[in-house]
Amino acid sequence: MKALDMSDTFDIDRVRADFPILSMRIGDRPLVYLDNAASAQMPQRVIDRMVHYQTREHSNIHRAVHYLSETATAQYEAARLKVQSFINAPSEREVIFTSGTTDGINLVMHGYGRKFIGTGDEIVVSAIEHHANIVPWQMLCEERGATLKVIPVNDAGELSFEAYLGLLGPKVKMVAITHVSNALGTVVPVRDYIEAAHASGIPVLVDGAQAAPHIPVDVQALGCDFYVFSGHKMCGPTGIGILYGKSEWLEKMQPFKGGGDMIASVSFEKTTYNTLPFKFEAGTPPIMAAIALGEALDYLRGIGLETIARREHELLAYATEGVSKIRGIRIIGTAERKAAVLSMVMDGIHPHDLGTLLNEDGVAIRTGHHCAQPVMTRYRIPATARASFAFYNTFDEVDALVASLERAKTVFGVD
Amino acid sequence: MSASNQLYQEVILDHNRKPRNWGAVADANLRAEGHNPLCGDHIVLTLSVGAGRTVDAVGFEGDGCAICKASASMMTVAVKGRPVGEAEAMVRQFRDMATGKLDPERDDNLLGRLKVFSGVKDLPSRVKCAILPWHTLHAALNNDAVTSTEGDAA
Repeated sequence: MKALDMSDTFDIDRVRADFPILSMRIGDRPLVYLDNAASAQMPQRVIDRMVHYQTREHSNIHRAVHYLSETATAQYEAARLKVQSFINAPSEREVIFTSGTTDGINLVMHGYGRKFIGTGDEIVVSAIEHHANIVPWQMLCEERGATLKVIPVNDAGELSFEAYLGLLGPKVKMVAITHVSNALGTVVPVRDYIEAAHASGIPVLVDGAQAAPHIPVDVQALGCDFYVFSGHKMCGPTGIGILYGKSEWLEKMQPFKGGGDMIASVSFEKTTYNTLPFKFEAGTPPIMAAIALGEALDYLRGIGLETIARREHELLAYATEGVSKIRGIRIIGTAERKAAVLSMVMDGIHPHDLGTLLNEDGVAIRTGHHCAQPVMTRYRIPATARASFAFYNTFDEVDALVASLERAKTVFGVD
Repeated sequence: MSASNQLYQEVILDHNRKPRNWGAVADANLRAEGHNPLCGDHIVLTLSVGAGRTVDAVGFEGDGCAICKASASMMTVAVKGRPVGEAEAMVRQFRDMATGKLDPERDDNLLGRLKVFSGVKDLPSRVKCAILPWHTLHAALNNDAVTSTEGDAA
């Protein structure tokens, strides 16, 4: 397995050298960063891009005629084109900068949901959603008298497509579904789900927060009506995210926030909204973060999403094999198609204690409910310990994880 | 040596494995539940406080991490037989120790063996685990049936 560490095009040492934080030490141990599903680390060129923007390019955008404003606007819009290309959106008008995945879902909830969903209507989500793709819809249901329907999940973490088809009745006005589960790693075959919804004329929002950094995403091939993701999970900064939406919907939707930049003209009698995408970008956006996200996407494309997906799959397979050999460990989420997320529980050691003990060895994992409490309830566990891998992780780091889990058992006196 | 090496001492591991005063007190007249929504820690505390305002009996049940369970177990041992006023003082002292405001070696306190939890002050994300049982004790003694670590300044 380790022989695969270096493919023809992928030089792990060079890749790791791109990320200054990866050479950090935690106490006297080298950092082993396995919390990538929460947030990925940032390569030097993205850090440099932010510094360059703030030193040589910064001003407000879409406003003034002076040099800096023109430069900042051009760079901001260039970043939009990079995103458009990255997800193969038909038009840059369909690429909205948000503050992140949560913001994107809330935008669709307000802009689409509050306009088109009413009493007696239904919204379909899945049992493996992040809270960000549950709570906004619940808020809408409460406000509008609509009902939330949930696609069930099996013990492996796979959704039931048959049950989903059964839910797609005439009252359903929206399907909101994850592409990759953050708690279990399940890759949902969203294309099938979208096709089935479209057969009944139902629009589909896909939560791509965990998918966009790890597998190639083509919104036209998927056919989704909305696709949302976050910059900081794909080597960009926090505070920036993307909503892709089909223009036919975006044109009809209400703006989420009112303010500057989203208007064509304002008088006290009537305000006319700006065209897409600006209609949904009220106020001064995180300009530097958007430009840095564009740089991060260039970096990821330089490595290649196919290469990233293959590398992470190898890491996951190696980690699954290593962790499975530890007595008393149960892996939560064993779907046939998985992204590089390894959620686990260990007999006799609470996930939080596991997280603290692993931290002693410099191993950073996430412990808790992963903002997916219904998933924890489904598996009757309070929390899991989750290791999540990125392309810059190594097989040696997986070994460090396994060794640290074994040491935790020794400390706790667990067989 | 890192912070958690100091925290996971044998006494804590032992109380985690074999919690003392486990179960509900049969003739309890005070009861409170404590939740830590962040990690799912959940404990139910029952007490019998007599006319003399003394903790005559105390028991706990629930699910939680080792820090939470050991803290609860050692707390029940420490407050059993004590006047309510002293138990309340220990609640304050334990919280102050866990948040680094009280140095158990220097400042006056009743904490005794509970000093093993002083290391938790270096692990901010685990402070709530240690404090939850004490929160719950405070709630029970003040007739608040349900308490949570959320919204707590600690």
